[in-house]
Amino acid sequence: MTTSNTSPKKQNIIIRFLNINTSKETSGRDLPLWRQLLLQVLTLFIGATVMFPIMYIITMSLSSQTTRPSSLQLFPKEISFVAYQQVLDHPTANPVSFTKLLQNSVVLSTVVGLIAVLVAVSAAYAFSRFKFKMRQVLMVMVFIPLLMPAIGLATPLYLLLNSVRLADCGDGVMALAPFATCAVGAGKMVFNLRDSLYGVGVSMIAGALPFAVWNLKGYIDTIPEALEEAAAIDGADANQIFFRIMLPLAVPQLAVTFFIGFIGHWQEFAMSWLFLTQPEDYTLAMTLYNMTGQYASSIPWNRFAAMAVIVAVPVAIIFIALQKQIVGGLTTGGVKG
Amino acid sequence: MMSEADKKALRWVKFRRFTLPYIYLLPAFIVMAFITFYPLIYQVIISFTDFQLKDLMHGLESPNLNQVGFKNYIDIFTNALPVQNFEFLRILTYNFWWAISNVALHVPAGVVIAVLLNIPGLWGKRIYRAIYILPIVVPPIVVATVWQNIFHEQYGAMNYLLTEIMELFGSTDPVRLRWLEEYSAPIKWLLPNSPLPLAYYAMMIANFWLGWPFMTLVATGALQSIPKDLYEAASIDGASNTQQFWNITVPLLKTAMIPASIYGFTLSFNLFALVFFMTGGGPARSTEILVTFAYDLVRNLNLFGVAAAFSVLIFFVALSVFLVTNRLTRATESYTEA
Repeated sequence: MTTSNTSPKKQNIIIRFLNINTSKETSGRDLPLWRQLLLQVLTLFIGATVMFPIMYIITMSLSSQTTRPSSLQLFPKEISFVAYQQVLDHPTANPVSFTKLLQNSVVLSTVVGLIAVLVAVSAAYAFSRFKFKMRQVLMVMVFIPLLMPAIGLATPLYLLLNSVRLADCGDGVMALAPFATCAVGAGKMVFNLRDSLYGVGVSMIAGALPFAVWNLKGYIDTIPEALEEAAAIDGADANQIFFRIMLPLAVPQLAVTFFIGFIGHWQEFAMSWLFLTQPEDYTLAMTLYNMTGQYASSIPWNRFAAMAVIVAVPVAIIFIALQKQIVGGLTTGGVKG
Repeated sequence: MMSEADKKALRWVKFRRFTLPYIYLLPAFIVMAFITFYPLIYQVIISFTDFQLKDLMHGLESPNLNQVGFKNYIDIFTNALPVQNFEFLRILTYNFWWAISNVALHVPAGVVIAVLLNIPGLWGKRIYRAIYILPIVVPPIVVATVWQNIFHEQYGAMNYLLTEIMELFGSTDPVRLRWLEEYSAPIKWLLPNSPLPLAYYAMMIANFWLGWPFMTLVATGALQSIPKDLYEAASIDGASNTQQFWNITVPLLKTAMIPASIYGFTLSFNLFALVFFMTGGGPARSTEILVTFAYDLVRNLNLFGVAAAFSVLIFFVALSVFLVTNRLTRATESYTEA
C-alpha cells in the first residue's frame, strides 16, 4: 500500500512543516505560534467534519418535531426529551416494551460472544503452538468464513434451523422434527428454532467463531514460549500448560475478543431480520432498522434519531473504554509478534 | 532395557503428542461442522436446484424441487437472471474497485492525521484524539442513515453546503444534485466496464468519514511504539528530518499498516450496512456489491437456488482474496515458523 501520492518535493515541505519527530514525548521546545495556529485550524477543521453527522443526529433526537428539519441544524434549538420518552415507552408499533428489546439484545450479544470465545480458545492455541498434518488446510477452513459474509450462508442456515421444530400433535404428544413429525395435517407448531433467538444466536456464532479463533491465535502468537518451556521442564504436560499457563495469560484478550464480538452482534440486524417473525423476539438494532425500512417516507425523525443514539451509546462506551486493547487485538491478529 | 510398562507409557505419550492438536481443535470444528461446513455443503446442493419460496418449508424434500444442473451458474455468468440491470462481472469489478479505492484513501489519510496529532507541542491533542475516534463507535446503520440524509436531494446538508459555497461565487441557484439517484457517471474513464455514478462518490465520502479514524488509531499506536532512541541515533549520524521519516517512521509504520489495510479491505469489501442503507445498491444496481446482491436475491427476489450459486461464487472470491492476503500477513503461520 502506498502511503501518499503527492510528489516527493511537496512531501518534504509537509514533513518539515509538521516538524516530524514521531516520538511520543515533547522535546521541550514549543511550536512557533504561527505554526501552532495553522495546525489548530487544520485539526479543528477535521474535528468539525467528524462532528458534523454526529451533531446532526443528536440535534434531531432532541427535537420535538417529527419531521425532517428543513434547513441545516447542527446545534439543538430546543432540548426536548419527548422523542426519547416515546421510544422508551413504545419502541415499535407492536406492544413490545423497551426492556424486552434491550434484554433480547443484551442476552443475544453476550451469549453469542461468550460461546464463540470459549469454543475458539483451544483451537487458537492449537493453531498457534502445534505443528501437525493438515494444519494449513484446517486453518484456511476456519478463516474462510471470516471473509465470507454471514449473509452468504443465510439460505442453508434458514433451512437447517427451520428443520428443527417442535409440534404439539394433541393428546399431550409432542413431536420434535426432524426426528418425528405429527400425522399429516395435524399438529400445531409450538417452537421453530429458526424463528427464535436461539436460532439467530446459532447463525451468529457461525460468523463469530472464526473471528474469535483468528483474533486469539494472533494474540497467543505474541506470548513468548519461554514460560511454557519452563513449565515443561518442571514436568507439566501439554494440558497443564494450556489450562494453568496459557488460559490465565490469555484472559485479557479473551475479554477483548468478547467485546469486539459483542459490538458486532449488538448491531446485527440483517440475519435476524431474515429469521425472526415474532415482535417479542426483536432486538434494538432490528427495531432501528425497522424504523427506516419500510415506512422511510413517514419516519418520525426525532424518534429514529433518539433510537439511534440509544443503540450507539453502549457500543461507544465499550469502544472508548477498551480502544487500545481492541485496536491492538485487531492489528496483531494478522502479524506475528 | 525398557520394561513393557515403560514401552506402553511411551506409546501413550507419542499417541498423545500426535493427537493432542486435533483434540484442541475438536470443539471449534464440531461447532463449525454443524453451523458452517454443513450449511456450505447444503448451499452447494441447493445451488444446483431451482429452489424457490414454495420449497422453503420442506427443504430438500420438497416435491416441487427440480435439479437444474449448472443452470444457475451459467445464468449468473451470462447475466440471464430474471433480474434487471444485473451483470456479474460488473458487480465483481465494482466490488473490488470499491474496496481498493476506499483503502487507498483511508490509509494515507489515517497516517497523515496520526502524524499530525503526534506533533510535539500541539495543543489539545487529547481532545482531538477523543473526537477523532467517534466515527468508529457509531453503529454503521446509524452512519448510513445519517449520510443518506445528508445527500438528500432536497433536504440534504451537502446540497445546502454547496449552495452556500456557490453563492460566494455569485450563483443564486440552489444546488440540487441528485446524489443517490443520478445514474450518469461524472468521470467516464474511471472503471470503464462499470460506470461510477454520483452515488459512488457520495458513498466514498461517507465511508471516508467512517474509515480513516480507524487507520489513524492504528497508526498512532504504531508511531508511539517507535523508540525515541532511533531518532536520536539518526540525528547524531546527521540524518535530516526527512530522511528520518522515510527510513525510520515509514518502515516501522508499515508493519502495523499492512494488516490494518487488509482488515480495512475486507471490511469495505463486505460493507453491507452502508451500501444497503445509503443506496440499496442503486441507482439501477450500479453501486451493488456482492453481499447486498446476495441479500436481495434471498430477501426480495426469493431466488434461493440462484442465491446459493451466487454465495458459492462469493466463497471462491473470498478464498482467492484470503490466499493473496495471507501471503502478505502470514496469518496462518504458527509461532515457531520463523
